[in-house]
Amino acid sequence: MKTVFLNHVRRQLALHELRDGTGRPLLILHGLGQRSPATAPSATEGWTGPVLGLDFTGHGDSTLPSGGGYTCEALMSDADAAIAEIGPATLFGYGLGAYVGLLLFGSRPREVRGLVIADGPGFDGGGSRPTSSKLLHVPQDNALDRTPDPWALLELASDIRPPDYAADHVQQVEALAEMEKAVAVTSIGRPEWLEAAMRSDVVFESDIATALSIFCPL
Amino acid sequence: MQNEVEVIRASVPQARRPDRIRRVDVGGIELSVVEWGRENNPPLLLAHGGFDFAGTFDILGPLLAAAGFRVVAWDQRGHGDSDMAALYTWEADVRDAARVLASLDSSTPVPVLGHSKGGGMTNQLAEMLPHRISAVVNLDGIPNERGLGQQIDRTDVTALDAELAAWLDHRRRSGQSLRRADTLQGLAERRRVMNPRLSIEWLQYLVTVGAQQDRDGWRWKIDPTLRFGPSGAWRPEWAIPRLRGLHVPFLGVIGTVEEEMGWGTTPQEALPLLPDGAEFHALANTGHFVHIERPEDVAEIVVDFLGRTL
Repeated sequence: MKTVFLNHVRRQLALHELRDGTGRPLLILHGLGQRSPATAPSATEGWTGPVLGLDFTGHGDSTLPSGGGYTCEALMSDADAAIAEIGPATLFGYGLGAYVGLLLFGSRPREVRGLVIADGPGFDGGGSRPTSSKLLHVPQDNALDRTPDPWALLELASDIRPPDYAADHVQQVEALAEMEKAVAVTSIGRPEWLEAAMRSDVVFESDIATALSIFCPL
Repeated sequence: MQNEVEVIRASVPQARRPDRIRRVDVGGIELSVVEWGRENNPPLLLAHGGFDFAGTFDILGPLLAAAGFRVVAWDQRGHGDSDMAALYTWEADVRDAARVLASLDSSTPVPVLGHSKGGGMTNQLAEMLPHRISAVVNLDGIPNERGLGQQIDRTDVTALDAELAAWLDHRRRSGQSLRRADTLQGLAERRRVMNPRLSIEWLQYLVTVGAQQDRDGWRWKIDPTLRFGPSGAWRPEWAIPRLRGLHVPFLGVIGTVEEEMGWGTTPQEALPLLPDGAEFHALANTGHFVHIERPEDVAEIVVDFLGRTL
C-alpha cells in the first residue's frame, strides 16, 4: 500500500493507493470510526482503474485535531482534497462515507463520476432534525492521543441530516452530472436522508458488482 | 506604529481595553478570555457575533462593569486572540461557551448576553444548562423563519452550484493562505462595507484590536480558513422553539434598520417567538450593531432589566 499525505486546511490527510490500475480512480470513503481498508475490497475486483482509500480527519493516519468541531461538510472537503489530487473519480462510501460522498457528488457534480452507497458505521448520524441540546463530553484519558478521535465519534453520530438537504444535493447531480444512473444504493439500511435521495431517477438500487460495472469506464 | 495605535484608540474615548486577560483551554485549543470590572463583582458573560471578537465589547463592557458587574467576554475559536482550530462548528462554539462559563467558577447561575450569532449561542446555552444561567439578553440575534438575509434559494441549481463549489474551492487553497494585508485605514474601510453604519473612528479602533501588523501591513487575526457558508444542513426555524421554550428572564433588543450582517427579524416577527414574560425593545434608527451604535441606551436597558430580574 502506497500512501501520500495531502496538506488540507492545516491538516494532513492520508490517501492510500490500495491497488494500481489504468483509468478512472475509485475512491473509498470509510465509515465512522473506521479507516481506509489496507487492501482493495474484493467487491471492487471488476474495477480496472486504481483503487484508493482516504482516511478522514481524525481517522486512520490522518491528523488528529484538537477540540473537535466535526461536520460532514468538513469531511466532504477532505474527500474533495483527494479529488483535487487524483482527478475525477467514482466514490464508494460506507455509512458515514456514503453520506459524505453524496454531499460531495452534489457539490462537485462534474468531478464525481458515480457513487456507490454501502452499509457502514455512522449511516444515520443524528437523524433528520435536532433533538434536545446536549453538552457533549469526552473523557480526558489517553484515548485522545490516537485516532479515531472521540470527538469525531460523538459529533458525527449526532449531526443532523435533513432529508431535504440530501435531496438538494441529488438535485444538483440530476441537473449537472449528465449521468442517467448516478447513485447506486447497495445498502440494506435506509436512513431518512437516503430515502429522500432515492426519490430521484438518477438514484437506483443495485448490487455492488453491477453498480461498479455501470460506473467503470471502458 | 505604537503612536498610530494610541492616536486611533484615543479617538474613541468611551472605549476601554479589558482590565484582565486570561486563557481557557478547551480540549487543546486556548481561548482568550477578557474581563472588565472588579473580580468579586457578580459575573455577566458576553458572547460576540460571527466574524467579530471580544474587543467589539470595548464600549459596552466598561459601561456594564461601571454598573457593578464583572463583565467577561471571550474570543471564539479562530477569532481574535484565541487559537485557530482545525475544525469549526456551531456546536463546538456553544461547548466552548460552556467551558468559559465554567471558568467563572460561580456558585450561582450567571446572566449571559449575546450579540447576533452570540445571541443564538447564549439561547442554546440557556436551553442546555438552564441551572447555570440566570437571565438571557439577546442583542439582534432573534431568529425568524425566513433565515438569514444572505441565504440563497436552494432550488436554484446554478446559485447552489456556485455556492458549494466556492466553499470547497476556498478550502482547497485556504490552508496556506493569510488574510489580505492592508493599511490600518484600508482594513477599516473594507470592514465598513459590512458595517456601513459604524463610524470610521470605531472601525479603525477595531483594527487596532482585531488585526495585527506584520511587514506587509495589517491583517485581521481571524482564521483565514473561516468563510461564510455554505448554507448547510441547519434550518433557521429550528431555533424558534428553542427560544420560545426558555424559562429564564429574557430580554430582546433589536435594531430596526436592516443590514447585510443582520438577521432581518422584524419586531412583528420577533414578538410571538419570545418566551413568556420576555422584555423586548426595538430600537428606532438603529442597525444590527445595537451595542456599538447606542451603547449607553443598551447598557441602561440591560442594567435595568438585570437589576429587576436577578
